[in-house]
Amino acid sequence: MDFLNGLVVLANFVLIPATSYGAQLALGALGVTLIYGILRFSNFAHGDTMAFGTTVTILLTWWFQSMGINFGPLPTALLALPFGILATGLLLVGTDRAVYRFYRRKKAAPVILVIVSVGVMFIMNGIVRFIIGVGDQNFSDGERFIISARDFKEMTGLAEGLALRTTQVLTVVVAVIVVAVLFWFLNKTRTGKSMRAFSDNEDLALLSGINPERVVMVTWLIVAGLATVAGVLYGLDKSFKPFTYFQLLLPIFASAVVGGLGNPLGAIAGGFVVAFSEVTVTYAWKKVLTYWLPESLAPDGLVQLMSTDYKFAVSFAILIIVLLFKPTGLFKGQSV
Amino acid sequence: MSQSMRTPLLFAFVAVLFILEGTTGAWIFSGSWNTALGILNMALISAIMALGVNLQWGYAGLFNVGIMGFVALGGLATVLVSLPPTPGAWTAGGGPRILLALVLGAATVIAAVLVQSRLPKGRARALSTLAILVGGFFLYRWVFDGGVAVVEAIKPANFGNIGGINPGGVDGFRDWGIITLLAWPLGGVLAAGAAWVIGKTALGLRSDYLAIATLGIAEIIISVLKNEDWLARGVKNVIGLPRPVPYEIDLQNSTSFVERAASFGLDPTTGSTIYVKLAYMVLFTLVLLALLWLAERALKSPWGRMMRAIRDNETAAEAMGKDVTARHLQIFILGSAICGIAGAMMTTLDSQLTPGAYQPLRFTFLIWVMVIIGGSGNNFGSILGAFLIWWLWVQVEPLGLWLTQILTSGLADDNWFRVAMQDSAAHMRLFTMGLALLLVLRFSPRGLIPEK
Repeated sequence: MDFLNGLVVLANFVLIPATSYGAQLALGALGVTLIYGILRFSNFAHGDTMAFGTTVTILLTWWFQSMGINFGPLPTALLALPFGILATGLLLVGTDRAVYRFYRRKKAAPVILVIVSVGVMFIMNGIVRFIIGVGDQNFSDGERFIISARDFKEMTGLAEGLALRTTQVLTVVVAVIVVAVLFWFLNKTRTGKSMRAFSDNEDLALLSGINPERVVMVTWLIVAGLATVAGVLYGLDKSFKPFTYFQLLLPIFASAVVGGLGNPLGAIAGGFVVAFSEVTVTYAWKKVLTYWLPESLAPDGLVQLMSTDYKFAVSFAILIIVLLFKPTGLFKGQSV
Repeated sequence: MSQSMRTPLLFAFVAVLFILEGTTGAWIFSGSWNTALGILNMALISAIMALGVNLQWGYAGLFNVGIMGFVALGGLATVLVSLPPTPGAWTAGGGPRILLALVLGAATVIAAVLVQSRLPKGRARALSTLAILVGGFFLYRWVFDGGVAVVEAIKPANFGNIGGINPGGVDGFRDWGIITLLAWPLGGVLAAGAAWVIGKTALGLRSDYLAIATLGIAEIIISVLKNEDWLARGVKNVIGLPRPVPYEIDLQNSTSFVERAASFGLDPTTGSTIYVKLAYMVLFTLVLLALLWLAERALKSPWGRMMRAIRDNETAAEAMGKDVTARHLQIFILGSAICGIAGAMMTTLDSQLTPGAYQPLRFTFLIWVMVIIGGSGNNFGSILGAFLIWWLWVQVEPLGLWLTQILTSGLADDNWFRVAMQDSAAHMRLFTMGLALLLVLRFSPRGLIPEK
């Protein structure tokens, strides 16, 4: 019984939150890694792209809510999501036409494109603040829990409760669907294959008649979808605040690099590696260990390796370790 | 127009902007010398940061986006120098215990690195590294937590930190304001130390990785400052740091100063605030000129030519026998140290350290905008960019208000669009900076004053 109780605590505070956070990071890292693979630069504006997509979705969600439209037990934001993706797609393709294309034609060095993306980051950040302000926005509605802690206790008779929030399950389900569609697209369709060819060897791809502008445009549209879905899921699960989204850049980059920049499978693995390490290192293990260890060994302190505020340090430490021992990432990524 | 004409003209233009701010109340200007000098002082500090970034990016092509972290370390140096030691923090054993813990932590890392480099590759090496790291971590936490508990228990409402090295004591430390000047070079040393650690790990990898690594380390430095209360009180902030210039209130109480101010036609309050700002201005200008002189000397020396050769063609420079990684590490440390000096100066100017105020957009990316717009590779360009962009950063708000008023002048006062536009004028800052950066990158990629 003690073992089960400990397991429930562990699932409630570590396994479930880390899984949904990992799925959000994986979606974000997929966007970064795709841009790196096709356009060959690290996009610093990715966090703010997520924020923009989420902002549009939030505004539409509020509008739907005011008209009385809802999605039953699921959050209304899911209905608004396609429109958010559409708006983000238009913004990204427009940005590419207005800004990035010029440097691509000039074959500018990757680091110049990174600096350009910093400029784009400023502008997107400004737009988001302009539209929705800097404060916290909560736009989650529908059923809050699939299983609440109290129901779980009554059902199982255990001392510890397990809460399963709708948003957590939703995150994982949506992420699985999105990733499945993405991999089907990349591996089975003609456009997807041409994208992979372009990523592997640009010159060869051009020789075989692949239209680079089309590949780039499709990439931006996919990235818009991934970024908006990741942003909305994160916002539903936690809350939306422009600055938090900017800060997500670091764990997202860490996930992409850990998995191997340019490798989609690696981005997913990286997302979960980063999320699980962040949560386990900053979790206070006292409760779990009290259940699992014999009484004589029960810990006095919180058994927290690091305080919660150091979660950035965790993503960073993983990043450094991987860079030092396996510079191309866990799955073989590109190295320039 | 030749560049020798262009540089003085651009600087004159920026000077006119600052003079207008001080003299006229028309348009977006405030007509107050206090405001003008306030903007100027911050612009001087930004110019020093821009010099540091230009050293890394303009001379060597290193993309460092962790400037905020080095600036914050400089700020920490100011606190650690200018405050008096907290009574009891060292005598009750808390301070020494923390120091011991830090030494133990460093020893653990060094031991692990030694094992990694000395033992043959294999399971024995991996296991012993792991054992050293895990054992070292628990030992470190055990010593460290005890020390921290002692220090943070000392009057947490006022202290709870280890304090600094100010010899004046808790009652007289304000008389020792001059010691704060010592914090400026120390801030540089702290930042240089951090830069050495980062450079050792991330330099030599490709440019994107350095960017991501520096972005991360900056966030970590800020979270250390926010959470380690024993160090600089964390988010409880340190306020009222002693300063190297006189206090306004002392000036206002001195009869000779009031008479002098009256002879310039100033009332004591305005006179004293302007006097203090001028004093800071002189100090900051001296530092800026000294660093500029050094940077120019370095640029024109064989060392500077070597740096540019490495930047323009790493492979060729390496073939000529230049140690690219070592030179990169060197200039990365130097540039970061300059940012640390600027950070210490900024905390001195504010007389307070508020870790929550460090934002990457303001302290990292804005400096980048300054360097790129001013002209990377040219020290005068970076300084010009710092003055211009900082002025713009401050003035975008009144400028935005003025613009929205013109645009919405036909609408009623309570029109929703007009209200919304005026409320959002504050957010125009980031948008304007991004737009300026993109326009310069597109149409004048070498900046306002290009490298010669």
